[in-house]
Amino acid sequence: MKTLVYIDHFKGEIQPASWEALGLAKSLGTASAVIFGSGVDAIAKAAFEHGADDVFVADDATLTDYRAEPYAATLSALVSAHASSPLSASPDLILFPTTARTRELAAMSAVDLNTGVLTDVSGLEAEGDQLIATRPIYEGKVLEKSVCTGKPILATVRPRAFPKPEADASKSGTATKVEVKSDALTNVEGYSASESAVNLGDAGVIVSGGRGVSNNPSLQAPVGMDDKQAELWRAQQGFALVTELAQVLGGAVGASRAAVDAGYIPYSHQVGQTGKVVTPDLYIACGISGAIQHLVGMRNAKVIVAINKDADAPIFKQARYGVVGDLFQILPALTEAFKKKVGR
Amino acid sequence: MKIIACIKQVPDSEAKVRAEGGQVSWGDAPLVINPFDEYAVEGALQQREANSGSTVTALCIGPESAKEALKHALAMGADEAVLVSDPALNELDTAGAARILAAAIQKIGADMVVFGRQTLDNGAGLTPAQTARVLGWPMLGLAGSIKVQDGSVVVDRVIEEGRQTVSATLPALISVVQSIGEPRYPSFMGIRKASKANIPVWSLSDLGIAAPAPVVKRTALMNPPVRETAVEIISGETPTDIADKLVDKILAEKVL
Ligand SMILES: Cc1cc2nc3c(=O)[nH]c(=O)nc-3n(C[C@H](O)[C@H](O)[C@H](O)COP(=O)(O)OP(=O)(O)OC[C@H]3O[C@@H](n4cnc5c(N)ncnc54)[C@H](O)[C@@H]3O)c2cc1C
Ligand SMILES: Nc1ncnc2c1ncn2[C@@H]1O[C@H](COP(=O)(O)O)[C@@H](O)[C@H]1O
Repeated sequence: MKTLVYIDHFKGEIQPASWEALGLAKSLGTASAVIFGSGVDAIAKAAFEHGADDVFVADDATLTDYRAEPYAATLSALVSAHASSPLSASPDLILFPTTARTRELAAMSAVDLNTGVLTDVSGLEAEGDQLIATRPIYEGKVLEKSVCTGKPILATVRPRAFPKPEADASKSGTATKVEVKSDALTNVEGYSASESAVNLGDAGVIVSGGRGVSNNPSLQAPVGMDDKQAELWRAQQGFALVTELAQVLGGAVGASRAAVDAGYIPYSHQVGQTGKVVTPDLYIACGISGAIQHLVGMRNAKVIVAINKDADAPIFKQARYGVVGDLFQILPALTEAFKKKVGR
Repeated sequence: MKIIACIKQVPDSEAKVRAEGGQVSWGDAPLVINPFDEYAVEGALQQREANSGSTVTALCIGPESAKEALKHALAMGADEAVLVSDPALNELDTAGAARILAAAIQKIGADMVVFGRQTLDNGAGLTPAQTARVLGWPMLGLAGSIKVQDGSVVVDRVIEEGRQTVSATLPALISVVQSIGEPRYPSFMGIRKASKANIPVWSLSDLGIAAPAPVVKRTALMNPPVRETAVEIISGETPTDIADKLVDKILAEKVL
């Protein structure tokens, strides 16, 4: 099987699931990487090191910022079998890591190429001349196997679902230039980074806080604050404990929607139905009750730990380990214990 | 400005959904408007308020019963609703839905079309970009805010890496996320109006298109493996004592 793997990056920062997709492609046959942007030599080099058989780049000022239309047009032109395409034959499969960008890009290219997209794939098996994808539907309450009868097959792979190939610095090659289609319909006017970098999808450890992080009556807010300000101030103290533990474990900070809605933390941290679906190895839920809309976002974590004052909180039904107690007491002790035992 | 909000009907998020006899079953749980699409309706209504003389039409492809989801949009404040329903549409993938929505959008006429981020049932999150591509319109994805000025639209796109400000000229297609604002509750007047509304139903021949053949097809359904979820409660004399025991347990899981 011939696979083209789209390496997704944001301002040069590569989405690690791109390499997982590349590893999957190699297990199915030959794998070419394709990279769009401007000044992407370092990414092309990394693609060779991660095992790409060849690398195609569209490197142009008009592609500096990701925009769906020119990226899709460039990809579709590369893949359509026509004389000017540097691809010797059109691929059977195009793989993408699942990100906000690739959902749009794959969607549009599939329209151009008159084929379909299998999204959020957690398994992909060749059966005869068919590729069968496993993907979650109904928020992961049910799994489906599905096929794409168009050609090429487009699929976005779920982060952390496939092994990441090791980089081998001795591997190298020369990237092939690809014709750029700059039919942009949108302008990127500005960008502000999130206050704290969150990459929940790729995180191996996530420590999340819920509404409970503001619930410490013994914390005396500075004088002059009204009730809402005092609540936010207490939530800050609570999330500081959550963040400290996450840092010691090299993990990311998540949140429940109640914490986001109350203004404790930005939306980009939200785990659950209307936030992110995550699959870390370790998920520590602090002051989160475990509503179904939160559970669908994290219940596929390998090990779930819950810290909650209320022994009847539904989160304990999902957890492997639980502590019935006050997070303001347990979290600092836990951070200390990890520091001591893991030496970080 | 003519605004369309695209909505789908799905089983309630509290429903116990299972694979049963090769079918998806949700017991007697109610069907509701897709939660992400409530934000689409909210975003559309905000734009109607910000741009005088605007109207909002809710648009849905689904069975006759999906009129209930459209009525929810009407009760929230949408001016009109259209259901596209046809017996030929029993197997529809996102690309097919996009072709039908594009045809309906053109028939209704619109300056702005607002979508949800994804559906709860299929969860592909592909339909907005596919519809934009079929229409040849700019796609402004994952908007947390929308502002229209002099024939242009500017959105704040909410992505993992932060917020991006992106603009395009109208007509444009926008998908929205939760940051757009809490969906308003249906008002008493709205509910009354919705219950009396006569929602037109368009068939594929009304749209002048044939049923799109699906390229993405389901071949099997499974329930996820049941996990052994018996929780082990860690207790102790002091927080330090509890923390030490818990860390040992976690380290023994070899997940760090
Ligand atoms: C359409 C829809 C979509 C939704 N999407 C999401 C989503 O994406 N993500 C999401 O999370 N929710 C989502 N929700 C909301 C969800 O239903 C819950 O309201 C939310 O998850 C509750 O958050 P919480 O657990 O932080 O708050 P609560 O339910 O208020 O729970 C707080 C918990 O903290 C505990 N606690 C309090 N103080 C302490 C303390 N000092 N120490 C330890 N524990 C303490 C309490 O015992 C309680 O269990 C959605 C809801 C709807 C209707
Ligand atoms: N049958 C439908 N009728 C109207 N809009 C739809 C339909 N299916 C999907 N959409 C819109 O497309 C978005 C994404 O759907 P999906 O690609 O299925 O995840 C939804 O949030 C809706 O706004």
